[in-house]
Amino acid sequence: MIRCIRRAAALCLLLLVALLLNAARIQVFEADSLDHNPANRRLTITRYGQPRGNILVDGRSVTGSEDTGEQLRYERTYRNGPLYAPVTGYASQTYGTSLIEYTEDDILSGTDPMLAPFPLWNDITRAQQPGGNVVTTVEDAVQRAAYDGLGGRRGAVAALEPATGRVLALVSTPSYDPGLLSGTGSSVTDAWQRLNAAESRPMLNRAIRQTYPPGSTFKIVTAAAALDAEVVTDPYAETDTPSPYVLPGTTTTLPNESRGCEQASLAEAIRISCNTVMADLGVRVGLADMVEAVEKFGFNDTGLKIPPGVAKSNFDTGMSEDQLALSSIGQFDTTATPLQMAMVASAVANGGDLKYPYLVDRTTTRSGATVRQNGSRTYHRAMNPRTAMQLREMMVDVVENGTGSNAAIDGVTVGGKTGTAQHGVDNTGTPYAWFISWAQAPGSAQPAVAVAVVVEDAAARRADISGGGSAAPIARAVMEAALRD
Amino acid sequence: MTATTADALPPALRLPKRRGVELLLLVGAVLVPVLGYTAVGLARNGAVPPDVAGYGAGLGLLALLAHLAVRFRAPYADPLLLPIAVLLNGLGLVLIYRLDLETPKDQAAPTQLIWSTLGVSLFIAVVVLLRDHRVLQRYAYLSVAAALVLMIVPIFFPAVNGAKIWIRIGGFSFQPGEFAKILLAVFFAAYLAANRNALAYTGRRFWKLQFPTGRVLGPIVAIWLLSVGVLVLERDLGTSLLFFGLFVIMLYVATGRTGWIAVGLLLAALGAFVVGSFEPHVHSRVQDWLDPFASIDAGRGPGQLAQSLFAFAAGGMLGTGLGLGHSILIGFAAKSDFILATAGEELGLTGLTAIFLLYALLVARGYRAGLALRDPFGRLLSIGLASILALQVFVIAGGVMGLIPLTGMAMPFLAQGGSSVVTNWIIVALLIRVSDQARRPQPDAVETGIIARVPEEDR
Repeated sequence: MIRCIRRAAALCLLLLVALLLNAARIQVFEADSLDHNPANRRLTITRYGQPRGNILVDGRSVTGSEDTGEQLRYERTYRNGPLYAPVTGYASQTYGTSLIEYTEDDILSGTDPMLAPFPLWNDITRAQQPGGNVVTTVEDAVQRAAYDGLGGRRGAVAALEPATGRVLALVSTPSYDPGLLSGTGSSVTDAWQRLNAAESRPMLNRAIRQTYPPGSTFKIVTAAAALDAEVVTDPYAETDTPSPYVLPGTTTTLPNESRGCEQASLAEAIRISCNTVMADLGVRVGLADMVEAVEKFGFNDTGLKIPPGVAKSNFDTGMSEDQLALSSIGQFDTTATPLQMAMVASAVANGGDLKYPYLVDRTTTRSGATVRQNGSRTYHRAMNPRTAMQLREMMVDVVENGTGSNAAIDGVTVGGKTGTAQHGVDNTGTPYAWFISWAQAPGSAQPAVAVAVVVEDAAARRADISGGGSAAPIARAVMEAALRD
Repeated sequence: MTATTADALPPALRLPKRRGVELLLLVGAVLVPVLGYTAVGLARNGAVPPDVAGYGAGLGLLALLAHLAVRFRAPYADPLLLPIAVLLNGLGLVLIYRLDLETPKDQAAPTQLIWSTLGVSLFIAVVVLLRDHRVLQRYAYLSVAAALVLMIVPIFFPAVNGAKIWIRIGGFSFQPGEFAKILLAVFFAAYLAANRNALAYTGRRFWKLQFPTGRVLGPIVAIWLLSVGVLVLERDLGTSLLFFGLFVIMLYVATGRTGWIAVGLLLAALGAFVVGSFEPHVHSRVQDWLDPFASIDAGRGPGQLAQSLFAFAAGGMLGTGLGLGHSILIGFAAKSDFILATAGEELGLTGLTAIFLLYALLVARGYRAGLALRDPFGRLLSIGLASILALQVFVIAGGVMGLIPLTGMAMPFLAQGGSSVVTNWIIVALLIRVSDQARRPQPDAVETGIIARVPEEDR
């Protein structure tokens, strides 16, 4: 009997060992995959268990956190939600995050290991750090000027500091209040469905996520390519271009909206926006050189991040000559985001040196100690300095004597280029009004700002002048705001 | 088993009683839950709970009364049994109180405290009134009759969460099956002790197995089949598994025939396969066990078992700390069947190992008492009671940790459930009683005449 009791005891011991091994299996070896199972609510509960860090504009927070006392405790709030939605994005307990709320989520939610006072600190204490802050490069006055300028019309503004690449404003209208999407419940799902179903697409960030045919503003890029390739050596010399111009290999004629484009010089073609001269120049530069030139401005780059990802601006790499001619005046398959066109203006203003655009100046801990600092980085040398000097003169001429006169600011050097992009079947859609520009204060060594404005529903004549009519005044307001700072 | 003269202790040698050790361990066993209670308060409200002194005093008083009962009525009892029971019960109260914070409308800790008090009272009653465990042997058939009645009665009451194992009277509900397991252990021990020679040495031999005659084996197999059958009807799978294991272990210990183990395992595997394949309730449990995350893949969110695994995983090595986990996500059974998940999450692998070791120690001490005793009934009874604890811990812990299919059962002392706590206190009281008998130097010296003298042949 004693032997049997010992064996029965051994069986109990075996059961105990099985339990202990199994506990170790779950709690040590499989813990990580179980912890990160998407159906496990714990990460979400921890995530919302503390206030989220803030997003700062000009040293002031444009976000906040509200304690709801529920299982997912803290909800996001926004000050001036619609104004800053294209910068902050939303942080929703139901729908996740977007834009800066998405790209800087580790900092804002406190999970970034860099927030800890020492490496591996979080692993030891198992505690989460309080959410850190994100300091943006946006300037409140510039952002407001752009937002007020658009005045609810469908459109977008992107403004950069040419010397650094800092994004000074990123506006998309009509906008929405991301605070409507914070939290859970039917009010959030209703708001989400309403915003997604809205015909005006308020949640679309038109400044970086929507591409438009750039129209005549693209002529700056073509001109840079022609000058860099030395297809044009003297911008003030007559070119051998007829008007109208027959697209190569076709019988289609390309007209001009302006008079006086026949044999016009490059400078004149920019000033009064001649289609014929620029289309011909693009063809003479050739596809390979054109593609090389446009890609230095950022076209065809699928990986541009500021850090929110920027939609790819397109310039086809395989085209016939007639398609190349149309592409050279910003039509055919050429499309660009407003940010891309602001980069074009910025490159010209900054002597050909195109800086990588960035929206986040630095990230900090809750108490303000810097975690990461972003700085100016060269994206590409977009053109020769000499070419940039020549283009600056031509763009100034557009504002002083050409189609961009609405952007002129007293006593300030302003360069600009208008654009009207036709679209829709047989170009029946309302044209997009474009304006790209830069401004340099007198006595200042560098231009203060480069801007791109697009207005989708530009109720205007189908003429280049509409870019000057609808978009240029907005650009001027933005530049004035930037110059005041 | 007949005692040899070598087993008798020399009159001069007196075993230490170790009541002082027990008292010291009890202080620790009360202190740990009090500290745990404080930790919950600090974690949740940043303050020591105002009633911590009262809570500590209450638990301390219960422990002290139990200790006094043991000190005066079972002075030679194993000094570890009572402190372990107090510690586990206190820990269970802390865990339930901690989960109550998540369910403001459903407070289980006060009820559990009442049941624990009743359990300790019954413990004291058993220790004081039952002077010799051998008395129970006489009530073997009464026990089994009572056990069967208790198990059949719930059939006439409505099912709760799919199992018909509760009796509801007024606001109270209890599981008679819990009490039945003690009664059944008593019956098995008594019957097997009386018939072990017949079971072991008579009957026919098939191949290598010796089968006892139907006359000897018949009654016990009938009782056993009846109880398991009733439980299957009531869908109380955990308890039927427990009774099966208990029967096999006790039969093996009584007869010493390894064949019983083989037959038992074979029958268990066959039964499990048949029931698991055809009974829908069990079948779904088996499916859950094979793939706890199936409901997630199907878009229905995590089920109880998946939530339980998440809770254990969240605990890791050291746990989140009391009050800081989210095991309430498991849902309605978090305080009862799944209480161990809270321990796993908030105390971690470290705390869980400690809890398992406490159970192991309790079981080991039961076995030890069995080894030291000289009467077969006492031996079988203590082995049976200890095995009940061991099997129950394994079945429920293995179930909530995904080691074996889940069968609803209460974690002894830890889980919410009045009948369970009371039953476990009685089990510990019986173990105290047999261990006192086992370590007592001179049986004659302590006989007082309240209970009849032990028959000569049993000594």
